[in-house]
Amino acid sequence: MQQFNLLLTSLPDGILLGFVYGVAAMGLTLIWGVMNVINLSHGPIIALGMFGTFILFINMGINPYVGLLFIAILGLLLGVLIYFVAVHRVINAPHLSSLLATFSVNMIIIGIGTAIFTTSPYNVDFSLGGFKLGSTTILGTRLVAALIAILVTGGLYLFLYRTRPGKFIRAVTNNRAAAELMGVPSTRILALSFGLGTMLAAVSGALIATFFPFNILSGGSYELKSFVIGVLGGLGNPIGALLGGLILGILEGIIPAFLETSWVPVIEFALFVVILLVRPTGLFGAKQ
Amino acid sequence: MKNLRNHLGLLLPILVVAAMTLWPVITDSIANRENSFTILKAIALASSLNILLGYTGYVSFGHIVFYGFGGYFGLYVVNELGWSIWAGILIGGIASGLLAFLLGKAILRLRGAYFALATIGINEAMRAFINNLDLFGGPIGMVLNFSVYKEYGGAAQASSLSFYIMAGLTFAALVISHLVRTSKFGLGLQAVRENEDAAEVMGVIAPDAKTWAYVLSAIIPGMVGVLFFFKNGHIEPPVAFPLHSSIELLVMVMLGGQGTVLGPILGAFAYQGMRGYLVTSDIFKDIQLSVSGVLLLLIVLFIPAGAVGWFRQRIPALRRVLA
Repeated sequence: MQQFNLLLTSLPDGILLGFVYGVAAMGLTLIWGVMNVINLSHGPIIALGMFGTFILFINMGINPYVGLLFIAILGLLLGVLIYFVAVHRVINAPHLSSLLATFSVNMIIIGIGTAIFTTSPYNVDFSLGGFKLGSTTILGTRLVAALIAILVTGGLYLFLYRTRPGKFIRAVTNNRAAAELMGVPSTRILALSFGLGTMLAAVSGALIATFFPFNILSGGSYELKSFVIGVLGGLGNPIGALLGGLILGILEGIIPAFLETSWVPVIEFALFVVILLVRPTGLFGAKQ
Repeated sequence: MKNLRNHLGLLLPILVVAAMTLWPVITDSIANRENSFTILKAIALASSLNILLGYTGYVSFGHIVFYGFGGYFGLYVVNELGWSIWAGILIGGIASGLLAFLLGKAILRLRGAYFALATIGINEAMRAFINNLDLFGGPIGMVLNFSVYKEYGGAAQASSLSFYIMAGLTFAALVISHLVRTSKFGLGLQAVRENEDAAEVMGVIAPDAKTWAYVLSAIIPGMVGVLFFFKNGHIEPPVAFPLHSSIELLVMVMLGGQGTVLGPILGAFAYQGMRGYLVTSDIFKDIQLSVSGVLLLLIVLFIPAGAVGWFRQRIPALRRVLA
């Protein structure tokens, strides 16, 4: 009975968090799908999103949800910059090159971030209160974050399926050479996709900052979670990423009711490796 | 004579290890010995990784898992069961080799980035698992009993002994790397690297070859782990399975030139030297990570074959010596 109560309190939290994880993973998986690059600078960009919220809210007093717009735009621009500086030259090279190129971006961001913010923890003191749902309290910030995550996913879906650049992105995902032959400006589309990927990472970071304390290295654990979610949902499948995020959130909600919390990463990563082995296309199929 | 010529490529690596071993002895300085230990360790680990990465073409992002896993097993038998360090090193190597064998059977089916992701997952899963394992001390880890050092004549003596064992392990790593490179087995691996399907058609039994390459590349890191944590006197999960060290190893191999015996040596020197300089320099110490990142990016973008590959391309006469 006690376990059941614990489950009731931790499960809603896990589900709400899962949506936000989903957004982070969507960014990773979008980039993978379009250009077969695993973006190892994903974590630091999530961390930059967190600090974006911190600076905008604490230093300038802008509401975090309004600030989200600025962070999204900056994230997009940063992604395009990273693409042209680090990724464009190695896009057709073996995987090691693109992995190390994005990892060097990771080192650069972490290095500068550490010099500016140090590695001590930061906290955005922002609250929307909460409300009771049975025996559990649901925090307003988490609920809003989950709603925004759903909105972002819907927006991404509309962009990919209803707009011209979005259709170009899907064409390049399917077959870059064929898309180029059809007149798709593939370099610009690749840069745009990378920008969108980092934008999603920054947005998820900005949302996470409203309910967890963070430092410049915090992005790393969300990057690893994004890998797990991306593989669960099928690498290259953005909608699958949201479902994968939900699964991970639910797992994080369920496991602590039965085992110690420290077992959560063991199960997560074991699941990750097993899925890679048994069904590398993920539960919901890879690229669409 | 012809036989000797075939092994000319081993000449330079042996000279380097010999010089690294003699340097602290001649200068009679413990600081130099510590520096030398760090570089020898980097050479041994990078050369081992190179067997998988350089010869076989599989990018392992979590190779450090063998270092930590072997280290834990070795330290456990030395500390809890009272075995000697030699037995501990042997156990560490065997444990890592076995782990690699079992993992290899499973994950070497994955190709390209999927393999890289799986190795990250395994490293993180192992770290989290050991964190929960009370036998190995859980999150606190294990602290070596000080009395263990007595058998070797005290802590200072044990530290000195560790240095010579390290030199031996580095030497072994280089010999293995060279033998793999010049053997028919290594030729098979290189064929797998260039085109796995074509290699299979030509009669290379790719799954077996890859598994053995994985095992070979795991044994030395396991042994090095035992030795390092024996010298360190302490092991805990974050120190045993640091993901960033895995990537540092990749950088070293990449820097020096993947798929060569000499490459990881040069890379280890260059990387450790650069880090040593950046961390202590007044201008760069705050942003040393960023400076390393910029350098890495430049190398990846402009010299993807690494230093050795670059020289080999430009000066054909060096090809025999720069193996």
